[in-house]
Amino acid sequence: MSPLATPPRTFTVTRADLVRYAGASEDFNPIHYSDRVATAMGLPGVIAHGMLTMALAARAVGDWAGGPDRVLSFTVRFTSPVLVPDDDEGVEVVVEGEAGEPAEDGTVPVAVTATCGGEVVLGRARAVVRP
Amino acid sequence: MAVDPEALVGVTVTAPGTYEVGRAKIRQFAEAVGETSPLCHDVEAARAAGYPDLVAPPTFAVVPAFLGLREVMGRLEAPLARQVHGEQGFTHHRPIVAGDLLVTTAVAERVRSVGGNLFVTVACEVTDADGAPVTSARSVVVVRGDA
Repeated sequence: MSPLATPPRTFTVTRADLVRYAGASEDFNPIHYSDRVATAMGLPGVIAHGMLTMALAARAVGDWAGGPDRVLSFTVRFTSPVLVPDDDEGVEVVVEGEAGEPAEDGTVPVAVTATCGGEVVLGRARAVVRP
Repeated sequence: MAVDPEALVGVTVTAPGTYEVGRAKIRQFAEAVGETSPLCHDVEAARAAGYPDLVAPPTFAVVPAFLGLREVMGRLEAPLARQVHGEQGFTHHRPIVAGDLLVTTAVAERVRSVGGNLFVTVACEVTDADGAPVTSARSVVVVRGDA
């Protein structure tokens, strides 16, 4: 039996979310708001901050564990960019998790995957939580 | 790039000044990532859970960590728009709370050149006013070459 329920979560990311995250995190890299700069850099268009995707995944992990303060560690690899269209619908990021065997100290490892349009956007993502 | 990337390895920089974590900043960050936990918004709820003040969401640590990361990456003189985040890890020794006075020290651990892109690994140690460890962060930043 899994030591932790990890129901999949779906998050919507819009351009407005990128602006809000840029301000809150003080990460003003123009590839997260300017199509002109993003395409000049060889990207298909404006992409989400990897840290926003990670933050959404961390939210899911925190919810599975019982609160944001229960996430002891979290490591991710940004495997492909989340392209955010300039429309009102945005794009969906799906976060799934699988809890492993609890350690002796009661902490639980969680393997996390985030996908966008079927593409893995967070790979090798590993969290340790204290439920 | 005006600087030899290999020379970056071992460079250690402490971000100037301390980063004071404010309640409004924690709430703003929590809202930006959709975190609705009362621990991040309601001081009384945070105190009832045993914390001295509002608790920051787990990835908020990127804010103080990046102050150190930027200092290190600045040495490469590569435009921000060429920099893409490759990997990120956090180990929290305790949650960041409002009122924390944080200091970040960053060290460039590794620089690899792969297919014209530069992979820079930077470790950031975030400590509090007493010098106690708060968060250990490790970032891999990819500096994209001229395509």
